Amino acid sequence: MGPLHTVNKSPFASTALESCLARLTEGAAVLLIEDGVYAALAAGAAADRLAEAANRHPVYVLGPDLAARGLAEASLLDGVRVIDYLGFVDLATRHSAVQSWF
Amino acid sequence: MSVESDNSAEPKVKRFMYVNRKAPHGTVYALEVLEMVLISAMFEQDVHLTFLDDGVFQIKKGQNPSVLEMKDFSKTYRALDGYGIEKVFVEKESMEERGLSQDDLIIPVEIIGREELGALMESMDVVLSA
Repeated sequence: MGPLHTVNKSPFASTALESCLARLTEGAAVLLIEDGVYAALAAGAAADRLAEAANRHPVYVLGPDLAARGLAEASLLDGVRVIDYLGFVDLATRHSAVQSWF
Repeated sequence: MSVESDNSAEPKVKRFMYVNRKAPHGTVYALEVLEMVLISAMFEQDVHLTFLDDGVFQIKKGQNPSVLEMKDFSKTYRALDGYGIEKVFVEKESMEERGLSQDDLIIPVEIIGREELGALMESMDVVLSA
């Protein structure tokens, strides 16, 4: 399997997400963590760009980071999968590498 | 300023603005500004608190950072009123870009446009931002 890309910055405050999405290869997955989870808001300005990526790649978001920020799962973009810490570990072991965008 | 204020024994009340632009939990800025605002309330200045850009997320309802074993300071914003800090502004455009509305916010705020906010900032004696 391709790499797992983690993004930990808000898409409104950093180009980390944009830089990541522009470089996704076949088999790559994206995991949004920390302030990166704001990108998954369906009504947010980053939604279209992330939705486009989610059509071709699995996109995950870390549940505890959503809860900390008061973001309900119902407010997220369709196709984004919420995972917990064990899910994060599982993804890290199944992918060829973990690449951080921050 | 005026000659009158120079002769006054009373210190001049200054117009202060605290500008919040950062999301709440990824960095320590939001908590630090909140503590600074609470302290500043003791000095009886004309305090204005503003949330724009990702700072709007600081007053998003439903935050539960205890799952990250971090302090939930979002409830403290509700106490600001009790400290006499009643001039709280949120920039309309910042809220809309993030898909948020007044209903998503912990405290009642005055929603103002970007241009209006710029003018308000310009009218301050002191602006502290983070």
